[in-house]
Amino acid sequence: MLKDITLGQYYPRDSVIHRLDPRTKLVGTLVFLLSLFLFRSFACCLVATLFLGAVIRASKVPFGFMVRGLRSIMVLLAITMFFNLLLTPGIPVLRIWKLTVTREGILQALFMAIRLIYLIIGSTVMTLTTTPNHLTDGMEKGLAPLNRLHVPVHEVSMMMSIALRFIPILMEETDKIMKAQMARGADFESGGLIKKAKNLVPLLVPLFVSAFRRANDLALAMEARGYRGGQGRTKMKPLIYQKRDYGAYLILAGYLVCICAAGILSPL
Amino acid sequence: MGFIKGRKLVYEYKKYNEEGGIESVNRAVDGVDLDVERGDFIAILGHNGSGKSTLAKHINALLVPSGGTLYVNGKDTAKEENIWDVRQTAGMVFQNPDNQIIGTVVEEDVGFGPENMGVPTEEIWERVEESLKSVGMWKYRKASPNRLSGGQKQRVAIAGVVAMHPKCIVLDEPTAMLDPVGRKEVIRAVRALNMVEDVTVLLITHYMEEVIYADKVLVMDGGKVVMQGTPCEIFSQVEKLKGYRLDVPQVTLLAHELKKSGLPLEDGILTAEELVEALCQLRSNM
Amino acid sequence: MSIKIEHVSYSYGQGTAYEKKALDDISLEIPQGQFVGIIGHTGSGKSTLIQHLNGLMRASSGKIYFHGEDIYREGYDMRALRSKVGLVFQYPEHQLFEVDVFSDVCFGPRNLGLPPEEVEARAREALDQVGLGEPYYKKSPFELSGGQKRRAAIAGILAMHPEVLILDEPTAGLDPRGRDEILDQVAALQKERGMTVLLVSHSMEDVARYVERIVVMDDGRIRFDGTPKKVFAHYRELEEIGLGAPQTVYVLRGLAEKGFPVNTEATTVEEARDAILEALGRRNVC
Repeated sequence: MLKDITLGQYYPRDSVIHRLDPRTKLVGTLVFLLSLFLFRSFACCLVATLFLGAVIRASKVPFGFMVRGLRSIMVLLAITMFFNLLLTPGIPVLRIWKLTVTREGILQALFMAIRLIYLIIGSTVMTLTTTPNHLTDGMEKGLAPLNRLHVPVHEVSMMMSIALRFIPILMEETDKIMKAQMARGADFESGGLIKKAKNLVPLLVPLFVSAFRRANDLALAMEARGYRGGQGRTKMKPLIYQKRDYGAYLILAGYLVCICAAGILSPL
Repeated sequence: MGFIKGRKLVYEYKKYNEEGGIESVNRAVDGVDLDVERGDFIAILGHNGSGKSTLAKHINALLVPSGGTLYVNGKDTAKEENIWDVRQTAGMVFQNPDNQIIGTVVEEDVGFGPENMGVPTEEIWERVEESLKSVGMWKYRKASPNRLSGGQKQRVAIAGVVAMHPKCIVLDEPTAMLDPVGRKEVIRAVRALNMVEDVTVLLITHYMEEVIYADKVLVMDGGKVVMQGTPCEIFSQVEKLKGYRLDVPQVTLLAHELKKSGLPLEDGILTAEELVEALCQLRSNM
Repeated sequence: MSIKIEHVSYSYGQGTAYEKKALDDISLEIPQGQFVGIIGHTGSGKSTLIQHLNGLMRASSGKIYFHGEDIYREGYDMRALRSKVGLVFQYPEHQLFEVDVFSDVCFGPRNLGLPPEEVEARAREALDQVGLGEPYYKKSPFELSGGQKRRAAIAGILAMHPEVLILDEPTAGLDPRGRDEILDQVAALQKERGMTVLLVSHSMEDVARYVERIVVMDDGRIRFDGTPKKVFAHYRELEEIGLGAPQTVYVLRGLAEKGFPVNTEATTVEEARDAILEALGRRNVC
């Protein structure tokens, strides 16, 4: 169950999307996410769907992987849809007891759901096609101007990429510790909030001890391999915009134009 | 002058009490003399807590001696300005494969060391390729370390060190967390580096079977080197080893038992083939 | 009979492209009081199998009976099962969490809802059984050595008075003496209390010395099941699945191939010694 989280799980494939500069992908994802909040009509929805579909196709990552991340937002999705459905004023279509479902409500709920789903899928595409290191490289380079303001950009991005590498490991470890404690009769499910929190102690203590130990080991290993901060480091995969990146920016601009046009031309 | 030369090495872990005073001092390494030549394969044996890991961390300048001196490739490890040279000369592989892999893709991890050294991009790629090939992990270069077996992860860690072109590799119980298949993979990779690339190897372990290929074996106990010699010489002293909480390979133990029962066998038989050979000889002489 | 497994299968990631059969139609019966070794390399399914025995994992298909009762029957008390089938995981670090050793061992029995006096009595008894005396009671579990941690973890399970004790790689990372101490203690417990013990390991040498039955797992299936002698007779097939037999087996087989009239059934050093002495026409002088 804990292994289902795909965040930070790179899916190795050789595709155009994989090969794009991480900065391009970051900007692209950002633009796509923002565009989702622009649209209010089926035409916009269609444009976004076509765009997302094309990107997923091009990424060569199985569709199942994209959708997996959705499971974690199912509850949120249901709640959002529920409230949108009932609380939007407009032309009534259905009346159950004191609750009215309106035409606008249905549309609103539908768009909201699509927006949320595309939001997750859109960012999942990025994390599945970009190694976390590459991603942080992109951020490091993209945010490099902040260095002048004494923001430790390199350190922060290093921390992020390490965190991303260790999240799956710590997840698995959490699972193992839970099982080890359950074998001793620990109960992580029943009881009130306070009891539940108290029951977490046998899980959290070993987890923290292990995390600190790993941190210590890792620091030592990095030091042993000559790590001494960002200065004087070269890059194995330096970021240089290629032709395909300019192409991608063009396509992205095209997408923006289309979705805006769709929004203006067909308001519903 | 030897490649690694330690004289009267001492390392003390200090435990401080709440007032900041020294509560207790634990001597993890206690007056060790160490001489290693280029290209040697040295194995260091010792039970948990015998000081072998502490000693190993000195060779890479992760720890600096509290007393005595240590020269690696002619450089004093205690001098601040030598640290990065020393770390480049002597690479280090640790016990837990998960906790030393930094990259989320195999090739990126191997490139981490050269990146730190400021190697130009193209050369990094060359080094990554040659070092992954040298440990037989080239075909996994695009894989995520999380999907590899323990033995494979450990070989990636070794490649990460090899890519820094060290003259010497220190391996601190690299096989302790692996299964027999993984252990064999790692030891094979290490031996190949030693024989083909002439890299000096210091292997710390408590698996006796891994030691039989070494040129020289050191046995540590209580922070001191208590035995020293070829594997043959070391393993012929079965009782003494047991006293240091160690073991001998099962074949050696069998030969030892047979000898105790009156068979005129030589000391320090290390492999099954040797023992079979010796017993056949014995039989034809009878 | 105490545990019976019928046609159990288990798949990870069911319904996805990554679906992997971890257990494939396993049937196994373990009578009360037996000392069984479960051997297989990493990923062979041995860890998955043992987690089914105390209900931590649920089979995709098949049935498991404990004392003749179907554990998947509705309303079956899984928590009671977990106290009857005690499972000690590989890393003691995953379970030790209390401020001192004694309270940590109390955790299990306290979860059973026993009165405090009973809980403490059981903790004392369990710590005594693993050889951790009074001086260790108030120590932090994190200050213990690897072997001591392992024992504290075993005590934590023993204090629940299990009828079956399952140990997952109890010797990983321990030095030879630490390894022998743990295994000797487990063997003694098994004898004295008539407990059923399942020892999961990838070390053939360790297992051969202690258990009366070996179950070899490979790729989610049981490949061999029988006495050590019977199982090690298949040493060539064992090698193919990356396991191999104890070195003594190779010595005896090697001798037999060279025309030595030796009984090749022996698996431990002592047995092998006697077999060789007999073949040479000598009585054991010891």
